[in-house]
Amino acid sequence: MASSPRIGAKYTLDREALQNLIVELTDSGYQVMGPTMRDGAIIYDAVRSIADLPEGWTDDQEGGTYRLEKRLDNALFGYNVGPHSWKKFLFPPRQKLWTAKRSDQGFEIHPEEEEPLRYAFLGVRSCELHAIAIQDKVFMEDAYVDPVYKARRENLLIVAVNCGQAANTCFCVSMNTGPEAKAGFDLALTEVIDNDRHYFVAEAGSERGTGLLEKLSFESADSQEEAAANAAVNRAAEQMGRTLNTQGIRALLQDNPDHPRWDDVAKRCLSCANCTMACPTCFCSTVEDVTDLSGDHAERWRSWDSCFNLDFTYMGGGHTRHSFKSRYRQWMTHKLSTWHDQFDTSGCVGCGRCITWCPEGIDITEEAAAIRKTPKSQEKKK
Amino acid sequence: MQGNASTATTQPMIPLPHRILKVRRETGDVFSIETQPEGDESDFHFVPGQFNMVYVFGVGEVPLSISGDPARTHTLTHTIRSVGWVTQALKKMKKGDRIGVRGPFGTPWPFQEAAGNDVVIVAGGVGLAPLRPVIYKLLAEREQYGNISILYGARNPDDLLYGKELEKWRGRFDLHVDATVDSAKRGWMGNVGVVTQLIPKAISDPDNTLAMICGPEIMMRFTVNELQKQGIENSNIYLTMERNMKCAIGFCGHCQFGPEFICKDGPVFSYERVRNIFGKREI
Repeated sequence: MASSPRIGAKYTLDREALQNLIVELTDSGYQVMGPTMRDGAIIYDAVRSIADLPEGWTDDQEGGTYRLEKRLDNALFGYNVGPHSWKKFLFPPRQKLWTAKRSDQGFEIHPEEEEPLRYAFLGVRSCELHAIAIQDKVFMEDAYVDPVYKARRENLLIVAVNCGQAANTCFCVSMNTGPEAKAGFDLALTEVIDNDRHYFVAEAGSERGTGLLEKLSFESADSQEEAAANAAVNRAAEQMGRTLNTQGIRALLQDNPDHPRWDDVAKRCLSCANCTMACPTCFCSTVEDVTDLSGDHAERWRSWDSCFNLDFTYMGGGHTRHSFKSRYRQWMTHKLSTWHDQFDTSGCVGCGRCITWCPEGIDITEEAAAIRKTPKSQEKKK
Repeated sequence: MQGNASTATTQPMIPLPHRILKVRRETGDVFSIETQPEGDESDFHFVPGQFNMVYVFGVGEVPLSISGDPARTHTLTHTIRSVGWVTQALKKMKKGDRIGVRGPFGTPWPFQEAAGNDVVIVAGGVGLAPLRPVIYKLLAEREQYGNISILYGARNPDDLLYGKELEKWRGRFDLHVDATVDSAKRGWMGNVGVVTQLIPKAISDPDNTLAMICGPEIMMRFTVNELQKQGIENSNIYLTMERNMKCAIGFCGHCQFGPEFICKDGPVFSYERVRNIFGKREI
């Protein structure tokens, strides 16, 4: 065994150590969430042992299609991102904010108190680390702080996994968000399958990470092992299925609200909201006030919402965004352009989920390229 | 951001109880509700331009602009047009009933920029409500400003808000007040037509005039055009925007207006800031 592990140094772990990692995290009170198979897709759910991981499976993704396929090896992380993202744990799809009860005084409001959940995410990809950092800006780093998000986020432990391959829908290289995890993790693993040897090259990104390594059987990675890990990440970078030119994209989209391409995409878009549900950074929500039949109890629930829903913009005077054109324009302009104004970052991490899970296979990289090809400057400004 | 630290920043999602002191009918479907905070904090502080999220038990919550006097911190007034479930429920409420209030949220009207200059207030319909706190404040510090004009347009004479106050303000020598209606009936001696017609007469020194506008978007668009025609700079024109709103704290995404969140970047904007998107269809 090597001396105490250091942040940034590379170590190797074998499959058994990964199993021990899951046990160790569970024993320390974490709910370990990771990739697992359900309904023909790889989704994020509770993981109790490495047997829950999609061993020997990979995914084949294209615009509008997603299919799991058997691999020739027994890789545990040999696939890319599925329909779920980690936001469902930090920013729950449906969440009770408070309860109100009728009283002599009219009514009393009782805030929903939550025992802060302690999650450990296993298998977070680099694009997803960036997505989490983007939602941190929305929910914790602006004028107001979301208490539930903050509590869960502060307790969160992240085990990242570097991608050893890319899907056809991936474009993290364009967005500068991957494929290698560079920050925002406690531990980062790169899976290597070399001849008959199956191991992970591990790097701690925090003291919690080194503390974890200490409890596992680890060795210092030799140069050959490090090279194998680097090769895996380089392979993923070379396999990017899509590219998106981000040069000046903030101005490009804000200057082209009347581009004919918006009419074109509106003919294909079903306004189904799949892209926003699958997107790891989309943060919009709505609230619903519900009452029981007695009329004495009321609750406020917050749930994910989408700018593709008609009611999203409803006001007394009608809907602001009636056409599909305006809704797609809002989504894409926000994601790639106005997000910069709001949070000083792109809202897109290049994970490709919106492409894969669009029933029409609408491709954000293709739409952006079409607008770039024939930009029309805005009407004369007054 | 200014306002009640107790509600807006600590638990921004939890409505605080307010007791209704008075419900007053203003016009056909418009009424004002005066409330008092019931919590530990008995005062409610806000700056003109800010708004609240108002909750009716078992019905729901809506964003409402504050229409009362910012100096009278022991009460809080909203002027409301009953159009949906929540506002209709509010209209039926009585003295002593309880409502929930979250806020205040949003940005104020530009008083610092207005100081030393002429001020033109242009309101359309219930758009006078969020501007009334401005009028109270300007009058309370009257000596800090040049000429002050209040230009008000409504559909018909019965829809003019705050009639008694308008008359009182009209009687002052240090205030220019003018009103117009789209259609009048017998007995209306004022102007008939759109509010933009009142603008030229109210402006004498365009380089040193600041305008504050609130009304339907179409009215604000034509008002901006007329103000520009009179020589007022885009950066001296301010308006207040409205969009669907669920959270008021920048989380829900509903109120996005191009790069702006109306709830926290607005609702008051300089025209200069939003001119690229203002008036653009379906933004």
